[in-house]
Order: sequence, then structure tokens, then C-alpha cells
Amino acid sequence: MRSELLRFEDWTNPVPPFPREVLAQLPAGGAPERPPVLFVPGLGQGAWAFAEHWLAHTAARGFPAHALTPRPGGDLRVQVHDVVQVAAALPRQTVLVGHGVGALVVARALGRYPAKAAVLVSPVLDGWAALGAALRANPLGTLPALAGGRLRLNRRQLFGADLPDADADRHLRRIVARPRRELVRHPPVPTPVGNPPTLVVGSPDDRVVSRAALDRAAARYGGAPLLFPGMGHELMLDTGWAEPIEAILDWLAGHLRRAD
Amino acid sequence: VPDTPEIADRHDAVCVVGAGASGLAAIKNLREHGFAVDCYERETSVGGAWNWRHDRSPVYASAHLISSRPLTEFPDFPMPDDWPDYPHHSRVLSYLERYAGHFGLVGHIWFGTEVVSAVPVGDGRWDVTTQSTGGGSARVQRYAALVVANGHNWSPARPDIEGDFRGQVMHAAAYKDPAQLRGRKVLVVGGGNTGCDIAVEAAQQAATVWHSTRRGYWLAPKYLLGRPADQVNDRLLRWRLPLWSRQWIHRRATALTIGDLTRFGLPEPDHRPYESHPVVNSQLPYYVGHGRITPVPGVSRFDGAAVELADGRRIEPDLVITATGYRPSFEFLAPELIGADQDGRPDLHLHAFARKHPTLAVVGLVQADAGLFPLAHWQSVAVARWLRLRVTDPVRAATVRQKESARPVRSWSRRKVVATPRHWFEVDHADYLRAVESLLREMAPA
Repeated sequence: MRSELLRFEDWTNPVPPFPREVLAQLPAGGAPERPPVLFVPGLGQGAWAFAEHWLAHTAARGFPAHALTPRPGGDLRVQVHDVVQVAAALPRQTVLVGHGVGALVVARALGRYPAKAAVLVSPVLDGWAALGAALRANPLGTLPALAGGRLRLNRRQLFGADLPDADADRHLRRIVARPRRELVRHPPVPTPVGNPPTLVVGSPDDRVVSRAALDRAAARYGGAPLLFPGMGHELMLDTGWAEPIEAILDWLAGHLRRAD
Repeated sequence: VPDTPEIADRHDAVCVVGAGASGLAAIKNLREHGFAVDCYERETSVGGAWNWRHDRSPVYASAHLISSRPLTEFPDFPMPDDWPDYPHHSRVLSYLERYAGHFGLVGHIWFGTEVVSAVPVGDGRWDVTTQSTGGGSARVQRYAALVVANGHNWSPARPDIEGDFRGQVMHAAAYKDPAQLRGRKVLVVGGGNTGCDIAVEAAQQAATVWHSTRRGYWLAPKYLLGRPADQVNDRLLRWRLPLWSRQWIHRRATALTIGDLTRFGLPEPDHRPYESHPVVNSQLPYYVGHGRITPVPGVSRFDGAAVELADGRRIEPDLVITATGYRPSFEFLAPELIGADQDGRPDLHLHAFARKHPTLAVVGLVQADAGLFPLAHWQSVAVARWLRLRVTDPVRAATVRQKESARPVRSWSRRKVVATPRHWFEVDHADYLRAVESLLREMAPA
């Protein structure tokens, strides 16, 4: 059994520092009473994906909102390290929100850092299932990635039908995804430390993460997924972006009230 | 005013003594396991030994970590990765302050309040008497459990040297600033980490420096093969090399890097590598080689202006600093509660759990070949999980207890150590954490 206490890899080969890009939007006026929220984007995306809508919306609801861009070329260990570093540098116990592969990073970070709460948005916890879904939805864009090349995602995979083409193209141009083999061959996600409340959010019409995968992810954390039909994989960029973030923040506020 | 104050019942709350690194970890982990916590701290701020403003803090201006950052930080709250390998003590304090702020621990700490006594009242509960530091009326509260994190580097162990000395003698606890050494003739007594640090500082500041050690120690440099030395050591542990082969490698590495220190007059170690607490200092051999530090044997007695050494030599320092360590001290606990011997050294399971009192634990009372914070963290997780299991599943708790009583001491405690008073709680961090992890697994939530 893998040891959680003996962390020889981190002790003898620590992850080197890196000037991480963290975008932040803070609530207007006064000391924030609410915990900070850290958004972790998925494969090939950066903090920009959350800067588009969710950061400002989260800050407007009174939560200091931050988004991290994964460092280029970082493996899962490095990405988890960066998330925990940013979370621990914030003044209070942080809520972690991960999207897609970023949700896998968050799920692993939960084994290392006692988050205030966690939200896994369209989580890619099961790499094989996500690979199968990608091959079905977009075989030509996916095959090169199997040989270590770039993963080309199309708009049908990521967005609902009602997102204007101009927006979809703009987002797609920014996504440069090079999946690592680790995404299908990682050990199972760890038990979260500190037992944080955890929510799984997704869409039954997501062509990257299937409904069954959402159910499995939610069951892993002892719940059912919160679903937003009609939306694509990119809940934070799709036309209806306001609905899921509202629901996430409502859920969060409810948990914080109960904890007090 | 009545003699016996009324006892306030705090029901399921746990009392934590001390808000240093170990106490903070205990508060956090007990809270995470659902316990209400009252922590009592005699000072008015967190940080314990690492807070140089505190009366009992042993840190001196130049003190830096001797274990590197990754082996020192709390496992669930890393230090910033752009900090140096061996941060300064002021950074460690700011780290502990941020830890307390981040996890909202300060609201559970009663500052300026000392625990005067803690007495078991049967059924596992504790009557804890507290008082404002430096006086005031006493208050008694009843708790479900008691977690002691009062530190072990604050009660100076002063050597008993016969004779009178006309110069100044101070324990290293009173040494704060190199200005205290400037231009003086200084004798530093003690070959541990503090003694070596002060000898090096004296080499930079004082007129003359003698460094008195009774035995030779294995000196480790801060860097070996381009990496912090403890990280190199952990590679060997990772490969699970047997002790004899690590001892051989240690001897070879020492011979190739530091070389033979006996040619400078330092005594040869009377024990094998890994049989004493690591002494990490890259600069001592450097200043000995420059002739700025004169190694001398143990002190036999004071005689007016002179100090007589074990080899009969007489030297005339005007300042003697005794870096002879600290003793564990639990003034508020009857010795039998923690199985303490006549020197005050407790006998605890995993150096943490009182053998006869299931609701009494001590956190942070270990000495390891790595930083203390990770050990204190996992100890306090084990304590919190144990106290939780006692409540939720007493049958399973009894099974765990029985199983633990059969755990061999040699599996978690370093048995073969050099015979000095300070090495009784020396552990190998990897072996120790393996033992704690197996206990944690026995108590894992079903």
C-alpha cells in the first residue's frame, strides 16, 4: 500500500519553484468574511477560462476569487503541488474548484490539503472513459494525442449548440491540449484530508465526461451530481455559465452557514 | 474568595497545552475531527520556541533550520516553494503565524494563560486549573481529554561544574545576539547543534574561542553532493538500505567531504553514525581549520579566573556559554501520569500516548533525523483519531489499544544510541512514521 506519510519523492526531489500565473478578483469593500475560492482549469486551458465570467461573478457574491494557470509541461505531481502552494498562500482555508482534468488535480490536492470545500466541475477522474468518449465524438482530433501529439477538441465536444460561433472559435484557439499518459494511468484519487464537503457538477450532454462518469465521480464523494442539461463540457464558458456558478456558490454558502 | 473554585464542565471539549508548532497542529487536527478545543498558552502570541519574543524561546539571532524545508514543513500546509532550503527562524515564525491564521486557530487559544495543574477525575476526564501568567485567580475546567504540547526546549539543563568562576557563565538559552560575544574570550561548552552554531558565531565575533566537547560527534554538512544533506539521507532511506550500509556510506561520505577532524584536535566519535542526534554544521570545520576555534576536552572545574579542562590544561575565558541542552518539564502533571522517571523523562507509547491514561497524550516530544513539524502533525492526527474512535466505537478502540500494547518499542524508537541524557527520545523519522501510519490505518474510519 502506498504510504501517505512517507513522501520520499517530495522530500528528496522537491518540485522547483515557478512564477505561477494567478488571476484574482476580490470582493469590493471591507475585509472578506467568506473563504477564498481557487479555480483550477482543465487540459490546455489557463486562468483565462475563469476570468471570462466566473471570477467576477464569484467575487460579486463576496468570495475572494482566484484562478491558477497550470505551469507548462507540469505532470500531475507538479500541478497538485502548484494548487496546494497557491491555496496555502491565501490567508484562509480555501475552497478548491477544478474543471475537467483540473478536477482530477483538485481531487489529488484534496489528499494533501484540507480544503474548506471542494467542487469538481465536469471532472475527468476516469481517463479511460474520457478517452473513449473523445474517440467517439472526435476520432481525428483525438488520435494524434495517443501518439503524444496535440489533442484537437472541436466545438461540439466542449460547448452547447447555442454558443455563438465567434465565442466558440475564440475559446478553441486558446486551448492547446497535450494530454499526458498519466491521465489514464494514475492511481485512484486519495481520500480527502479534513473531510471537506465535496460537490460534483456537470452536464448530461457533456461529450467529454459522460453522465455515467459524473454519477461515478459523485458517488466516490458520497453524493449525486448537480446537472445542467443542454450545456457542453465547458460550463464556465458556455452560454448558460451563470446557472452552474450560482448553484455552486449557493451550495457553498449553505455549507458555510451550517458549519457556523 | 472560596478555596476551591467552581468547576466549569466543558463536556466533550479537549484541552491543549501550548500554542507552539505542536500545539497548533493539535488544535487544527482535533478541530478537523470534530472536537471543541481550548488551548492555553502562557505567552501572548503563537509560535512557542520559534517566537523569539517569548521568555522561554531558545532561538538566537542567527538560528536557521538544520533540516531542509521539505522535511520540516507540515505535510498539509507547505512552506512557500521559493523559500531557501534552510529558512531563518523568523520565517519559521511567520509560517506558524500564517498556519494559525489560515486554519482559524487563534479563536481557540487562551493567551496569557498558564496551566497550573491537570488532574484525572476518573472516567477519562480531566480537571484543568488555569491561571493568568504571573498570577491572578485560578479557574478549574473539566475536559474530555488532555493534549500536552508544552515543548521540550525551554527548561535549560545546566551542567554541574564545581568551583567558583570569576567571569560570566550563561546557558545558551540566554544567548541571543552575536554582540554578546564581540571582542571577548569565549568558551563554548557542548557539541550539539547549538554549541556548534555558537562556536561558529564566536569565531566570527570573539577575540578567542575554545569549544569544549566531551565526546566526538558525527558532523553532517548542510549540503552534500549538491543537495541538502537530509534529502540525500532520505534517498538512502527510500531505498530501504539496512542501517549498517547507511553507516558505511555515512563514514565514506564524511571521509571524502569533511575529512578527519581528529587532526584538528577534535575527539573521535565513540559511537557509530546514526547513533546520536544529527549535528548539522558546515562551518565548524572551516573555522577550526582557520584556527579561530580551538577544540578542547570537557570542563573539570572552575578555579577563579581559570577553567580547568579534563586534560589538566587551564584556560582563562571571560565568558562561558553552556550549550548543554534542555530537559523536558511537565510542572502541571504528576510524574506517574506520564510514567516519568526521576529525571523527568516520560515513558509514552510512540512517545505520545500515556500508557495508563487513554485520554492523555503528548505531542511533539520526539527528536528525529528530520524536522519535528511533520511528526507532530501525524502524532496529533493519531491522537485526534484515537479520541474520536473511543467515542464512536469503544469496542474497536479497545482492540486497537490491545494491539498497540504489543507493538515492539524497537520498531519505532531508536534503541542503539549514545548514552547521554538527551538521546532517550531519538527516533528515525521513516521508522517512526511507518509505525504511526500503521496505527492510523488500524483506526481508519470504517
